[in-house]
Amino acid sequence: MGDKEADFMIHSFGEFELFGQKLHITTTHISLIVVSAVIIIFALIARRCINKAVITDKPKGFQNVVELIVNSLDGMVNSSMGKNGKRFRNYISAVFIFILISNISGLFGLRPPTADYGVTLPLGLLTFILINYNGFKKQKFGLITGLFKPFPLLFPINLIGEIATPLSLSLRLFGNILSGTVLMGLIYGLLPTLVTMGMPAVLHIYFDIFSGCIQTYVFCMLTMVYISDKIED
Amino acid sequence: MNVSGTEFIYAMSAIGAGLAMIAGIGPGIGQGNAAGQACAAVGRNPGARSEIISTMLLGQAVAETTGLYGFAVAIILMFVKPFS
Repeated sequence: MGDKEADFMIHSFGEFELFGQKLHITTTHISLIVVSAVIIIFALIARRCINKAVITDKPKGFQNVVELIVNSLDGMVNSSMGKNGKRFRNYISAVFIFILISNISGLFGLRPPTADYGVTLPLGLLTFILINYNGFKKQKFGLITGLFKPFPLLFPINLIGEIATPLSLSLRLFGNILSGTVLMGLIYGLLPTLVTMGMPAVLHIYFDIFSGCIQTYVFCMLTMVYISDKIED
Repeated sequence: MNVSGTEFIYAMSAIGAGLAMIAGIGPGIGQGNAAGQACAAVGRNPGARSEIISTMLLGQAVAETTGLYGFAVAIILMFVKPFS
């Protein structure tokens, strides 16, 4: 099998000190910077293109693609949240695009940033904050008494269910992408070079594209469902 | 035969990682069941095929979560080695 090694862990690229703690610049930092740069450059080019557009012309070319993306994301949010969709369109679309490009970045040679729990946990916690903030605005203290709703005896179970929401959201995304990364790392690391020339393409289609797209859709759909549960009449 | 403390912990972590992956049985049964019911639904109503398939994929992605909890525990035991 040769001297190949399987490598799917996070590596450090340099140490620095902050408030007396030793921290590292890791692979995840660099992947995050690359993914964010790609999304920001795309957004700036789209902005320039839309600013130059005339409203009475038929859109064509790049403007057509941008309008297609915005229309489909708006349609997804509106169909799930009804009339409250207007307030959450921007956030949900931004999270959708970020997670989608992060998951697919394994196809381009990066280690996906979402394969690090330090990236998916803040996403789950943001959902948790949004759910409780909007629930509090709408129901005031009905948010707490709602935990006693069917039977007061079920309060511990409802509380655990509330805390499990951001944990399960973040762990689902993290586990799916990490398992894809680990498996691809093992295949590239342990099979002879001839086999890894073109054969793993099928696995890339499953792990990077298929699983990545489905996990972004599930994450955004569950976020929308949890939020609209608390703020509907 | 004398086994040092560190080696014993590594060995037990490896066994624990293998035991944690038994959690993979649950999603296997549940997702297969969902796929079977989706096939039956497509057979009853072939026109709604794409909607049935998207609903099935959505449900299966959510049902996979508990299997991933076991995978996360196995990876932590093998590579993060919290007890060594």
